[in-house]
Amino acid sequence: MQASILAFRGRRYLWVALALTAICIIAYWLDDPQEPPNGGTLLGYSLGVLGALMVAWLTWFGVRKRDYLSGSGTVQGWLSAHVYFGLSLMVIVLLHAGFQFGWNIHTLAFVLMTLVVVSGLCGVFIYMQFPERLSENRGGASRSELLDQLEDIDRRSRRVAAKLPEAFRDVVTSGVQRTELGTTLWQRLRNQDRSQIQLPNASATVPNKGQEAAMDWLAEQQSRADAESAATIAELSALLRNKRKLLRQIREDLRLQAGLEIWLYAHVPLTAALLMALLAHIVTVFLYW
Amino acid sequence: MKLELVIVGAGPAGLSAAPHAGKLGLNYLLLESSPAPANTIQRYQKGKHVMAEPAVVPLRSDLGFAAGTREAILDGWERSLSDLGIEVRYNAEVVAIRGERPDFVLTLADGGSLTAENVILSIGLQGNPRKIGVDGETDRSVQYTLDDPDEYRGETIAVVGAGDAAIENAIALARNNTVIIINRRDEFARAKDGNLTLITRAIEDESISCFYNTGVASIETSLAINLNTETGETRVPCDRIIARIGAIPPRKFVESTGIRFPSDDPTTLPELSGKYESNVPGLYVIGALGGYPLIKQAMNQGFEVVEFIKGNEILPADHGILEDKFQYLPYDKSVDETLDIIRNNIPLFENVNGLILRELVLASELLTPSKSDVIFHKNDYTNTFISIVEGEVEVETDSGNLITLGPGQFFGEMSLLSGRRRSASVRASAPCVLLETPRREIVKLMNSYDQVRKVIDRHFIVRTLRAGLVPDAPQGELEAVAETAELLSFRAGDVLFREGDESDGLHLIRNGSVSVSRNIGGRNIVTTYVAAGNYVGEMGLVGEARRSATVTATVATESIFLRADIFQTMLQRNAGLRERIQTKVRERISENLRMEAAPDAGDLISFLMQQGLGEATDVLLIDETLCVGCDNCETACAETHDGTSRLKRAAGPSYAQVHVPTSCRHCEDPHCMKDCPPDAIRRAPNGEVYIEDSCIGCGNCERNCPYGVIQMASAREDAPNLLSWILTGSGAAPGQRQTVATPNAIKKAVKCDMCKDLSGGPACVRACPTGAAIRMSPSEFVNLARKAN
Ligand SMILES: Cc1cc2nc3c(=O)[nH]c(=O)nc-3n(C[C@H](O)[C@H](O)[C@H](O)COP(=O)(O)OP(=O)(O)OC[C@H]3O[C@@H](n4cnc5c(N)ncnc54)[C@H](O)[C@@H]3O)c2cc1C
Ligand code: HEM
Ligand code: SF4
Ligand code: SF4
Ligand code: SF4
Repeated sequence: MQASILAFRGRRYLWVALALTAICIIAYWLDDPQEPPNGGTLLGYSLGVLGALMVAWLTWFGVRKRDYLSGSGTVQGWLSAHVYFGLSLMVIVLLHAGFQFGWNIHTLAFVLMTLVVVSGLCGVFIYMQFPERLSENRGGASRSELLDQLEDIDRRSRRVAAKLPEAFRDVVTSGVQRTELGTTLWQRLRNQDRSQIQLPNASATVPNKGQEAAMDWLAEQQSRADAESAATIAELSALLRNKRKLLRQIREDLRLQAGLEIWLYAHVPLTAALLMALLAHIVTVFLYW
Repeated sequence: MKLELVIVGAGPAGLSAAPHAGKLGLNYLLLESSPAPANTIQRYQKGKHVMAEPAVVPLRSDLGFAAGTREAILDGWERSLSDLGIEVRYNAEVVAIRGERPDFVLTLADGGSLTAENVILSIGLQGNPRKIGVDGETDRSVQYTLDDPDEYRGETIAVVGAGDAAIENAIALARNNTVIIINRRDEFARAKDGNLTLITRAIEDESISCFYNTGVASIETSLAINLNTETGETRVPCDRIIARIGAIPPRKFVESTGIRFPSDDPTTLPELSGKYESNVPGLYVIGALGGYPLIKQAMNQGFEVVEFIKGNEILPADHGILEDKFQYLPYDKSVDETLDIIRNNIPLFENVNGLILRELVLASELLTPSKSDVIFHKNDYTNTFISIVEGEVEVETDSGNLITLGPGQFFGEMSLLSGRRRSASVRASAPCVLLETPRREIVKLMNSYDQVRKVIDRHFIVRTLRAGLVPDAPQGELEAVAETAELLSFRAGDVLFREGDESDGLHLIRNGSVSVSRNIGGRNIVTTYVAAGNYVGEMGLVGEARRSATVTATVATESIFLRADIFQTMLQRNAGLRERIQTKVRERISENLRMEAAPDAGDLISFLMQQGLGEATDVLLIDETLCVGCDNCETACAETHDGTSRLKRAAGPSYAQVHVPTSCRHCEDPHCMKDCPPDAIRRAPNGEVYIEDSCIGCGNCERNCPYGVIQMASAREDAPNLLSWILTGSGAAPGQRQTVATPNAIKKAVKCDMCKDLSGGPACVRACPTGAAIRMSPSEFVNLARKAN
């Protein structure tokens, strides 16, 4: 409904970044230095200064994002510019280096920059794709509502199990306690169901992926139970089936949310590494000039 | 022996009157129904910081009072009570007062009686707790309040009641006790949603047991409670009974003493003289009951009323404030004379009682604009009411006409009543003296004086007709129409009229809003939303004789109803009217066609209306196709507002990928303003509803806001420098500042103020990296809905 970061204000920053890149390419093309193009020529030096300033400005986004009193534009506008200028930076730096690489600190800085840009691109892709899926998956409910529903099912299961022999109560309780939603972002992203359950007469817990172990056990008990208990067990199974559906929904929610966050764990530390390498690059260049 | 004075009620007002009566040598007695002084303050939350507003009014009392904790203030008072040797009797509820000066007879709940020459009624507004109504109800084991639920452990406690107080008590007690809750009905219908969930859960879990459809039959003082259940009588032994079944408002009791109220409206105050004397000679009313809802005011009146009873003429404590207010006026007159000028010049105030007028002026501003100064601009959101004491103003209407208003006339009632923007600009056309009165004072006056309400209503109708339908009609004709117009009120969800009904008239929406829906292919589709200040029902009046759509109130709504025959006469007399209506009809039809093409858009509008957004002026919405859940919006809110975010992004419902987070929508007629003792909730010219520093932290607004967007918050630690946090990680991360952990931290109400003091506009919207957070007014919903589908 609203304009995304890419479409912000009729893609105004795309055009500005393209213009900037075009100017640099034309300058590179027109330039005819004595030595082969590199960072040491007048143009190479100028492009280097421009690139360094752009890196500084791109990093400054982390500050602007948190400077809530700032009156300069909106964070969305800043991010839109960040994305387009970040991409144009790739070209500008390549021109700066005259496409010369080696096994040295200079190329390390370039590699790190590339990684930052690539992680940024991943971020944009995720930002464009995931929110809609997140919203569809939730179907109008909020995450805490989904978790409330889960709690509600667990509570009802306990109540139903209370009408059955002790073993059922233990199975339900153990199933509830050992249902795992993943604690780290990585686990959530991988979306592995590491739930376990302790079944009666078993020496250790067994995997309860998709609540299957619990459902199988219930099915088996149901087949052996008298009519009245069988009905109660069926009730319990039905609750468990709902729980399974709900868990799938919650896991998908957590997975998508983890995706929305995790790429920044690459983008930001890589930015820090880039800044270090860039500093080393600049210092060595001046030392050996 | 007959007393010279009996003071009924030992709240701040009564407690201040008593020592002064002693000092002036009166033979008096103070009666208090509860077992300790100042019951209302005893019932504040533990450790509450009590504030001494209004700051500009000096304290005038023999009893001390300054801002401090509830405990410190109560201790101080108890000490002074014995130091000053105050004659007080506790557990002495007065149930009847008969007679007049000098022969009053007071009857007490225990059957005793007293005679007195004068009586001061200072019983506040809290009312006395409703009793269970069976034998043993006043036994010591039966209590009607609960201070600290953690005081009790291992007991069996029966809680009687089904409201929020009963539920909250039951839940808190159930942590350490066996709790039985006794509900007269078959559900907890009166409780807030949160409490409802808690109690149903607790009952399902069997951590609390519940008797539904059950009344109390009797109480055995040994101790057990006997219940009338659906299936017969049951005896439940217990250690304690706590009844939370509401309070009896004091109005009935007050009326039974002979005191008159100007109208039946429950918010009306008794009519009092400038000396706080009611229509019953010798019977005085002070404090909250007299309309003064703050402690300091109540105490000042306690002092003053005793002086008046002694026959002393003293100037009220706030005299100086009025003097200051009046000093720039072109009259060199005393305060009382100036008040008389105001009364004599403004017919609306002619019959208003002296004390009430004085209060009204005290709460108002006196403006002295020069020629061509602007009083307010069209589209401002202010809602004050302005009366012309002297001079002339010009109102610029939409049609470009200038209407001149002179002394005695008033303006500003349109925004006051509709809660909408100013419909015209007003400027002084000669030097003026204007009285600008806050909305709350005028609403109080309208509730008290039918005459005032009628005059303002009539003006509203005439001016609405002139603004929207018949700008050129003569005043006389409009007044005649206004006489026949009916004022109708609807609750949220009520239908004004249905598709297919006979067209019997036109509704001008005065406040609230309505949605228009049509039955298309068997489905009820909302085609549009109509805000206050517009009209509905015109289609049937110029064309078909049947309603072409159903119109439903989205929130509490008032409309001015013009009967079809009156409207037809207006049509005949006013040449331009038919055309104006037909243009409107054409607009509606094309709007309908557009919405019919996108039926889902209508569903989104009805969803938004169900969230109460029909009364919003500016609401935060989140586009779920963009939101990445980073909560930067919340952090931005917290960091620009002392560390507490006023919005909860993840909470709240969504539909068609539009999310309505829990956040203030700056209602047209804000519910939160209803009952704020220091009148601290205000509306700024751009529409922001905000809370001023004078908030005393009573929590009324938190309860009154139906959308749960007000919190009581205490101060948080200071924010670290941003750069040093980024570089070294020292200090709290943005949005993570902790509350300053003092046990008696001052808590005040906080809510969204739409960042009215920030130059760039709302921080939530500006800080959203993806553009998902947007603010809009309901008039933009139709557009949004079309884009979303
Ligand atoms: C939660 C809350 C917080 C507040 N915080 C503040 C604040 O910080 N600062 C501030 O200035 N104001 C505050 N107020 C408002 C303040 O409490 C009242 O304005 C003040 O108490 C009014 O004083 P009063 O003497 O008129 O009435 P009350 O204080 O209500 O006293 C009336 C007394 O009369 C007794 N009584 C009632 N009926 C009878 C009867 N029939 N016979 C005998 N006795 C009777 C009652 O038991 C009571 O003790 C707050 C109010 C609330 C509800
Ligand atoms: C050398 C180049 C770049 C640097 C130094 C850089 C640096 C940063 C920094 C410091 C942040 C702030 C993270 C935070 O504080 O939360 C950020 C955020 C971001 N960057 Fe980059 N970036 C670069 C290039 C790019 C590119 C090329 C893209 C996209 C194509 C991109 C996309 C983003 C996005 C989407 C965010 C997240 C905004 C948010 O959710 O708050 N970045 N970047
Ligand atoms: S606080 Fe509540 S009642 Fe007051 S304006 Fe906001 S939403 Fe409306
Ligand atoms: S703003 Fe709210 S909490 Fe503060 S005094 Fe007014 S009603 Fe009470
Ligand atoms: S700042 Fe924007 S993207 Fe982040 S949670 Fe708030 S609305 Fe969603």
